[in-house]
Amino acid sequence: MDSNHSATRRVASFEIFYTQFLNQDGVACGDLPAFAQDREQLRAMYQLMVRTRAFDKKAVALQRTGQLGTYAACLGQEAIGVSIGHALKADDVFIPAYREYAAQFARGVPMRDILLYWGGDERGMNYESGPSMQDFPLSVPIGTHVPQAIGVGYAFKLRKQPRVVLVSCGDGATSKGDFYEAVSSAKVWNLPIVFLVSNNGWAISLPFSRQTGAPTVAQKAFAGGMPGEQVDGNDVIATRFVLERAIERARSGGGPSLVEAVTYRLHDHTTADDARRYRGAEEVEAAWARDPLKRYKIWMEASGNWSAEDEDKLQLEATATAEAAAQAFLKTESQAPESIFDHLYATLPKNLEWQREEVAARGPVGSHA
Amino acid sequence: MAVNLALIEAINLALKSEMKRDGNVVVLGEDIGRNGGVFRATVGLLDEFGGDRVIDTPLAETLVAAMAIGLSTQGLKPVAEIQFSGFMYPCVDQVVNHATRLRNRTRGRLSCPMVIRAPNGGGIHAPEHHSESLETTFAQMPGLRVVAPSNPARAYGLLLAAIRDPDPVIFLEPTRCYRLFKQPVEDDGEALPLDTCFIDREGSDITLVSWGAMMHDTRLAADALAEEGISAEVVDVATLKPLDMDTILTSVAKTGRCVIVQESPRAGGWASEIAANLAEHGLLSLFAPVLRVSGYDTIMPLAKQERVFIPDTERILKEVRKVFEAAPKG
Repeated sequence: MDSNHSATRRVASFEIFYTQFLNQDGVACGDLPAFAQDREQLRAMYQLMVRTRAFDKKAVALQRTGQLGTYAACLGQEAIGVSIGHALKADDVFIPAYREYAAQFARGVPMRDILLYWGGDERGMNYESGPSMQDFPLSVPIGTHVPQAIGVGYAFKLRKQPRVVLVSCGDGATSKGDFYEAVSSAKVWNLPIVFLVSNNGWAISLPFSRQTGAPTVAQKAFAGGMPGEQVDGNDVIATRFVLERAIERARSGGGPSLVEAVTYRLHDHTTADDARRYRGAEEVEAAWARDPLKRYKIWMEASGNWSAEDEDKLQLEATATAEAAAQAFLKTESQAPESIFDHLYATLPKNLEWQREEVAARGPVGSHA
Repeated sequence: MAVNLALIEAINLALKSEMKRDGNVVVLGEDIGRNGGVFRATVGLLDEFGGDRVIDTPLAETLVAAMAIGLSTQGLKPVAEIQFSGFMYPCVDQVVNHATRLRNRTRGRLSCPMVIRAPNGGGIHAPEHHSESLETTFAQMPGLRVVAPSNPARAYGLLLAAIRDPDPVIFLEPTRCYRLFKQPVEDDGEALPLDTCFIDREGSDITLVSWGAMMHDTRLAADALAEEGISAEVVDVATLKPLDMDTILTSVAKTGRCVIVQESPRAGGWASEIAANLAEHGLLSLFAPVLRVSGYDTIMPLAKQERVFIPDTERILKEVRKVFEAAPKG
């Protein structure tokens, strides 16, 4: 393309912005957002991050000791979940992928439920309290949940409700047609949707450079006619700030947008994966220097919002909370075998009654080791 | 007051009627607004109900299905249209991984009361990918209802039922019968049951089981048999899933003979499921083997050869004769 040709003119151009308040050493730059003046908010965000990491560690330990099924850790991505949890309002709807546990905890999902889910129990998706009651359960198929946000956002708009839907996915999902169908159509109806892509650099073994030729995910928003931007997903202040801005834009009629939170998956893809097969130790070590917890703690202490005493207390409390969740999970009685029929339809069709009866009569069967 | 309507007009009437009755009903799909749908099923809806409830979507079938899921979780009752059955495959992921599962996954917290309508089957000389029969693909999915009406009155009553049902419904309309014949349809708002076969006509010598467009040929076959003095009972399995075997078994207990007619390919088709159920529960009432008439296990041919694939009255009668050879009447 020769843009200097006399017959060729520019019809559109785009820029991509990146926001970061806290660098990896915990040093603040730029004018901090208003919520950064609220000590209780800042502390709550830190507490949620630490609790989530303790939970994550416990979940992996449960899996390693044969007490939990395959688990997808969120290690290194906690700031994103915390930001979602603090940025969304109670009436909003969250459609998660599966590494945003912190957001789910913030919206009322008990830690036990996440363990129930990865332990193979559907009740782990029956969020029974708080804003999570209207949220979608986490979604294992990659990206297929993203276009469902279009329907949810459309319903809000149709009913003139000031509500927003936030749907999250990973960088791998952005290769899928489902993602594009959603991104391409959201602006058609100017829907109140925030697409959040956690770009953690890896889709199992495939690095982002092999996922797409595009240098950013954010630019994919422009293809759908909406704003797209990057944020340091390991900077909880920046991520919350950018998400709140996108959410309020959507709520006030400004339409959809896409936020690419740049982060790093410090853990294996799941407990069934071994990332050493495809990425070097140096890369992971370098990523630990960008750890979202470390930098936030440094800044919190430096800004007088956190103390060594607070830290000791929180660490004990977070470990105990995760442990209590694990105990609650392990003590949860199995569902009755015939429950596999009970939520198949609103009312079980009569031609399936005999199957339910057969299962009920047989009684519990041991699960596979 | 009943009005004589073609099947496509009955679909249109049901959509109008239910959109009037229930403000939560929305329709969505490609070209369904100003254009009224490629078969005109949604004609007039845009003017009557407005663009908020009559949603022209971008050309993206995954989106259509996914959007219906999102809408349905918010208490709306979306009725999505896919233009032709062959374009439903992108919806399969959404239906099987999400729509059918959401109630179960959340132990009843969320659900998907939604309908996906599509024309089903061949016979209208349409281009490639426009003539497939997909009922078995969907009928195998747990958590789903699959409906395939065969005449205008049933199309009306079953579509009302599908929209009102609290679970996802795949509604497969017989393309070939959209304008094939008219029938009095009363706009009485009465839904038909979604779990019961219809006895299309009573008979005593043989049970002919079919659904959708093949019901038309099956009725013609029954007419021909009547002229030969053979009384055929015709069962319309308009609600393929959940499958009402009771009605079929009761009929076969009376007739002792059964031929099942489907347009879709033979192996593993819904006729096979019905035949297996007859073998399990009806063997002792049978005088002769249950036979199937079906499409072949081939790719749906292009228009010039579609009649090679689609069963017709002659092929139905051929199988019926085999049954009577094995077990002569009286």
